[in-house]
Amino acid sequence: MAKWFETHLPKIVLAPSFIAILIFVYGFIAWTAWVSLTRSRLLPKYQIEGFIQYERLFDSPRWDTAMNNLYIFGGLFIGVSMILGLILAILLDQQIRVEGAIRTIYLYPMALSMIVTGTAWKWILNPGLGLEAMVKGWGYENFTFDWLVNPDMAIYTVVLAAIWQSSGFVMALFLAGLRSVDTEIIRAAQIDGIPTWRVYVSIIIPSMAPIFLSAFIVLAHLAIKAFDLVIALTGGGPGYATDLPATYMYAMAFSRGDIGQAAASAMIMMLVVFAIVVPYLYSELRARND
Amino acid sequence: MKYTTLAAISSLALSVATAGHAEPQAEVLHWWTSGGEAKAVGVLQEEFAENGGTWTDMPVAGGGGDAAMTALRARVLSGNAPTAVQLKGPAIQEWYEEGVLADISSVAEAEGWADVLPASIAAHMKCEDTWCASPVNVHRVDWIWANAEVLEANGIEMPTTWDEFNAAAEKLQEAGVIPLAHGGQAWQDATVFETVVLGLGGPEFFQKALVDLDPEALTSDTMKASFDQMRTLRGYVDDNFSGRDWNLATAMVMNGEAAFQIMGDWAKGEFLAAGKVPGEDFLCASTPGDGYLYNVDSFAMFNVDGDDKKAGQDLLAKLIVGPNFQKVFNMNKGSIPVRTDVSLDEFDMCAQKSSEDMTAASDSGALLPSYAHGMALRGAQAGAITDVVTAHFNSDMSSDEAVQMLADAVANSM
Repeated sequence: MAKWFETHLPKIVLAPSFIAILIFVYGFIAWTAWVSLTRSRLLPKYQIEGFIQYERLFDSPRWDTAMNNLYIFGGLFIGVSMILGLILAILLDQQIRVEGAIRTIYLYPMALSMIVTGTAWKWILNPGLGLEAMVKGWGYENFTFDWLVNPDMAIYTVVLAAIWQSSGFVMALFLAGLRSVDTEIIRAAQIDGIPTWRVYVSIIIPSMAPIFLSAFIVLAHLAIKAFDLVIALTGGGPGYATDLPATYMYAMAFSRGDIGQAAASAMIMMLVVFAIVVPYLYSELRARND
Repeated sequence: MKYTTLAAISSLALSVATAGHAEPQAEVLHWWTSGGEAKAVGVLQEEFAENGGTWTDMPVAGGGGDAAMTALRARVLSGNAPTAVQLKGPAIQEWYEEGVLADISSVAEAEGWADVLPASIAAHMKCEDTWCASPVNVHRVDWIWANAEVLEANGIEMPTTWDEFNAAAEKLQEAGVIPLAHGGQAWQDATVFETVVLGLGGPEFFQKALVDLDPEALTSDTMKASFDQMRTLRGYVDDNFSGRDWNLATAMVMNGEAAFQIMGDWAKGEFLAAGKVPGEDFLCASTPGDGYLYNVDSFAMFNVDGDDKKAGQDLLAKLIVGPNFQKVFNMNKGSIPVRTDVSLDEFDMCAQKSSEDMTAASDSGALLPSYAHGMALRGAQAGAITDVVTAHFNSDMSSDEAVQMLADAVANSM
């Protein structure tokens, strides 16, 4: 009896969370997929009507804008955060004084919620209150910085705020990666008289590949589920110029009583996540089997 | 726990007092939680209690009713709907089609609602042939508010056509005043748009385009002209309008920074709260053109079990349309009574004008539902139009492109 218990205890302990995940994650994914094939409006209906909601979705110019914004936002946010984080990490790694204090300063934006970040940047970028008004107040009357109210540029303000929030976190990840590189190899390279930049480019950065992947996965899912930042910073505006898939889905499900449409957009969002996560899982699992 | 015990004891005590008579119970879901609104609901609550009812308040704030609608959906799906819910316009019909609304025709007939409510507003309260909702108030949407001092200083009269408005705006711009105070939020863009459509196209065109969604009307020259006027108005708005709340725009008119604002009569509440006097400090007029766009708040009655709840529903419906509540509530809220037989002596001049115009418009068939405030269309269609209006207003899209997009978006939302 005791032996049986010993072998089965892990399964028993894990069972409740396994069942919960099965129902509340995979069960509801299946439910959403079902609803996305119906003509549900205010309340969910279960009569399957085919791909009508997906046709409507791809015909909608607002969804196009949302997906384009996701590419712009995701690409720039992930790319710039990683480059900036890497540069900061390398600079911090030069055995400088008060490194701990500086690290904390760069990491602190991560401690703020996106709502706070969005609200603060909304005021900073507001042409009548923030940066533009300040520089004009200094006497430079022709200075304009109206990205927040310019429909073509507004999405870049979201990128800016998100990078400010996350690059410190990426820096911390990379710093840990830099510290984990074998110092023996670096010393050996230094003895051979190889310049420092070459050491970074050819030895340290390639050996940090797993960290890059982790950073990418963390940033990518932040980008795809980005919602609160847009709501706080621009409210999706001007017009719907800064709509993202998540804000589109919210508008359809909760403001417009168009649940079928919301479910279809949620499914597409999930496919985008899959497109990123599946190759990652594949490479991870393959590495373990080797 | 304490509350449930208390409620149980008090309901027990009351049921003994009324011996065998069903005690009216009402659970009311609404999102009137801010200052003046909460006070207005308090009036109804008191009156309900005076008539021997027990009111269970269920306020759900947030998102302009989105949060309340989410709560309602959860309650209906779990088979435990509230007695009465703050709903309006086509949303009432949408819920009726889900088969969850109750029939309050007996109250409506006993109280003679058909005789005291304007016909087009009464139509919203009916689900097929039965009454299923009771109207609370009428907000007029097509108001234009102005700072009296600024207009006088620049020698401008209240405009009665859009051309006059444009001329006045040019003059104001030269004088260094922002002609139009506006907040760049989608619903505010939509509010201005519908008053422009009404003004340029007239009531018949408005009905065809924004109520019946006639594709020909949507792509007509009148619609193009309306988008042209929106583009012109964009030039009269300051650069910093994006995302501004409507009450901040009202404040700009109040302190003379801007001359006009186009907004429903809830803006009046802001003026009055700041101690401004209508006709002296600020002016109210209908936006250029004929017609009257209404935004009517109402309570829809849901199917509930139990005589006590049904009695509560009937009592609530009767009180909401009752003359006393209509008067007291609307004085607090800034709107006008939905009944045409309530004396308006104690109301301000803007409310009196609103009421006169409503009666006149009702007779001439120009009493129309506001699309921007969810009275004319269902969520998906209204949202599709608003997307186009706000995309046009906030970019350099041409009017030809805009009408084409409008027709496509409406077709896609069906």
